Amino acid sequence: MGMVNNNSKANALMMKKLLVFTLVMFVFGYALVPFYEKFCEVTGINNLLRPDVRAKENWVDEERWITIEFDANTRGLPWQFKPLQTSARIHPGESVNVMYEITNDSDREVVGQAIPSYSPRYLDKHLKKFECFCFTKQVLKPKETRQMPVQFVIEPGLPADIHTVTISYTFFELPEGVNAVKN
Amino acid sequence: MAAIHGDAHGHGHDDHHPSGIMRWITTTNHKDIGTMYLWFSFAMFLVGGTLAMGIRAELFQPGIQILEPELFNQFTTLHGLIMVFGAIMPAFVGFANWQVPLMIGAPDMAFARMNNWSFWLLPVAATLLVSSFFVPGGAAAGGWTFYPPLSTQGGLGVDLMIFAVHILGASSIMGSINIITTILNMRAPGMTLMKMPMFVWTWLITAYLLVLVMPVLAGVVTMLLTDRHFGTSFFNAAGGGDPVMFQHIFWFFGHPEVYIMILPSFGIVSEVIPTFSRKPLFGYSSMVYATASIAILSCVVWAHHMFTAGMPTVGQLFFMYATMLIAVPTGVKVFNWTATMWRGSMSFETPMLFSIGFIFLFVIGGFSGVICAIVPIDIQVQDTYYVIAHFHYVLVSGSLFALFAGAYYWIPKWTGRMYNETLGKWHFWLSMFFFNLTFFVQHFLGLAGMPRRIPDYNLQFADFNMISSIGAFGFGLTQLLFLYIMISCIRSGEKAPEKPWDGATTLEWTHLPTPAPYHSFEKPPIVK
Repeated sequence: MGMVNNNSKANALMMKKLLVFTLVMFVFGYALVPFYEKFCEVTGINNLLRPDVRAKENWVDEERWITIEFDANTRGLPWQFKPLQTSARIHPGESVNVMYEITNDSDREVVGQAIPSYSPRYLDKHLKKFECFCFTKQVLKPKETRQMPVQFVIEPGLPADIHTVTISYTFFELPEGVNAVKN
Repeated sequence: MAAIHGDAHGHGHDDHHPSGIMRWITTTNHKDIGTMYLWFSFAMFLVGGTLAMGIRAELFQPGIQILEPELFNQFTTLHGLIMVFGAIMPAFVGFANWQVPLMIGAPDMAFARMNNWSFWLLPVAATLLVSSFFVPGGAAAGGWTFYPPLSTQGGLGVDLMIFAVHILGASSIMGSINIITTILNMRAPGMTLMKMPMFVWTWLITAYLLVLVMPVLAGVVTMLLTDRHFGTSFFNAAGGGDPVMFQHIFWFFGHPEVYIMILPSFGIVSEVIPTFSRKPLFGYSSMVYATASIAILSCVVWAHHMFTAGMPTVGQLFFMYATMLIAVPTGVKVFNWTATMWRGSMSFETPMLFSIGFIFLFVIGGFSGVICAIVPIDIQVQDTYYVIAHFHYVLVSGSLFALFAGAYYWIPKWTGRMYNETLGKWHFWLSMFFFNLTFFVQHFLGLAGMPRRIPDYNLQFADFNMISSIGAFGFGLTQLLFLYIMISCIRSGEKAPEKPWDGATTLEWTHLPTPAPYHSFEKPPIVK
């Protein structure tokens, strides 16, 4: 039947279109990755690994005290990692300097990346960090020890009912061939 | 409308096909393939159901009695995956295979060979999923949504699951391409789009949703696979990735997916209710537009699954309002079904009972969905049994009840035999009773704070859990009754009349003999 032939041509064309559409959607799935990163960058969500810009005028709330607890962890890499002080009492707005120390216990060169985590979670809105070892990957030669500073300000805008905050870092090993965080 | 064309009668030579197992392996006939889809999905339903029985047996009492926590987690994970991808989705594709060509007057599906292939991928994927219980480390255990980091840390079972999802996705995409092409290109003369039965409309829209989101699922599981084995860091924070991004991409697939599982059931119910109300479907065109609106809205609400994952308030508000908006087209549908029944000369055979049960219980599930959409409440009930109750009301008493309605409705057309009406009614009432016994109390458990995916619980939850488990065992046993009804219908059911449902108006009832011949509509019917 002629109809069948017409149909099979039209069907083949439709199949092609739908396959192309399927492929486009597969690529779209991957395109969501850079889109997500760009979206977070533009909206300022997830801005954990880039230095903040120092405000021109800095007001220090000398009436108020905040306790900061420093926490350090490693996951899956042969390092020792600790802050040189476990806590600090500061005024909001005051610039704070803390030293951390990492030691590579193994006999091989290891590349690590630190990822910060804050408690309470919305501390990141009020935490301005100017210098941090987490902004780049860290390469440690066998048995090497390194001391690294973190410099930041907790802004006076932090809700008044917060008296203690925790700043935590976890070092992860970067497998070979993996670049450090893009931002 | 009585113009049954001669072709359908007495052409024995048309029915020649290989016999025995080769018939089923090599078949390209949409009816054979539909049958295989339905049996396959029922087998998977029993496997997934067995896992559910294990879960409910463990939760019968507080404490750990039967399943160690690791195995319990594998049970909940595989229960979800098998029911979603192995039971509900293939069952609807089975209905599409049987019914779409019959309802639009087409001789078969557009790509018969590919149709065979898309079915035979399924047993392969099912084997991967089920066998993953027996590999070192056991099956995937991070929940059916396989969020990283659990899914990047799991063992071989997770890899088997990833491959199974790839294969199931490929099968779904092929099936959808087939269905779209069949519906758009192979309708009988005169069957305009706006004359198509609602079941065909809902499947057309569902198939578009499938080709829209299944490739995204394929992408996200591929990212998971490369994160696990090839050193990428899509979801690994240490490498600059973000586990929350997985949730966004997964639910970009996952929310349309829940509509993929419910739209065809809207279609089945929209066929059954007019038939047994002996009235045309009320508001046909508004039904079409409502289905399309639901499909479009389903693509912009995904983050309501992630209100507690961290999101700006503006985002929460957007996803909350967009989600609540879906209640509008859904409400249009419920209104139309009710209006169809209004002043109809109704009768209550089993398909109708399941359809009315569907409306009643699906509305409860819909309302608890609106409640979950409200951000402050969702933050409270996230990952509790309230959510479990909600989605079982839409998936079991929604999708599954509609599948039962469709099976009872079309089995006379498929086999030429009637099922046992008395037993069918028993099946409905027992399902209705035990379903509510199982899941209604889970609302209370969730509101009281019982978390999901945990094998043990606080003593305060003991009574409701015992009630829920008893209900689940009853519900599980009741489905064996369904199996018995279907087998005895196929083997020794009474011969069905040519048109057992006098209110039916679609082509398979008006233009084909009962049972439908192996080859139907080789000459297309003329639709006026």
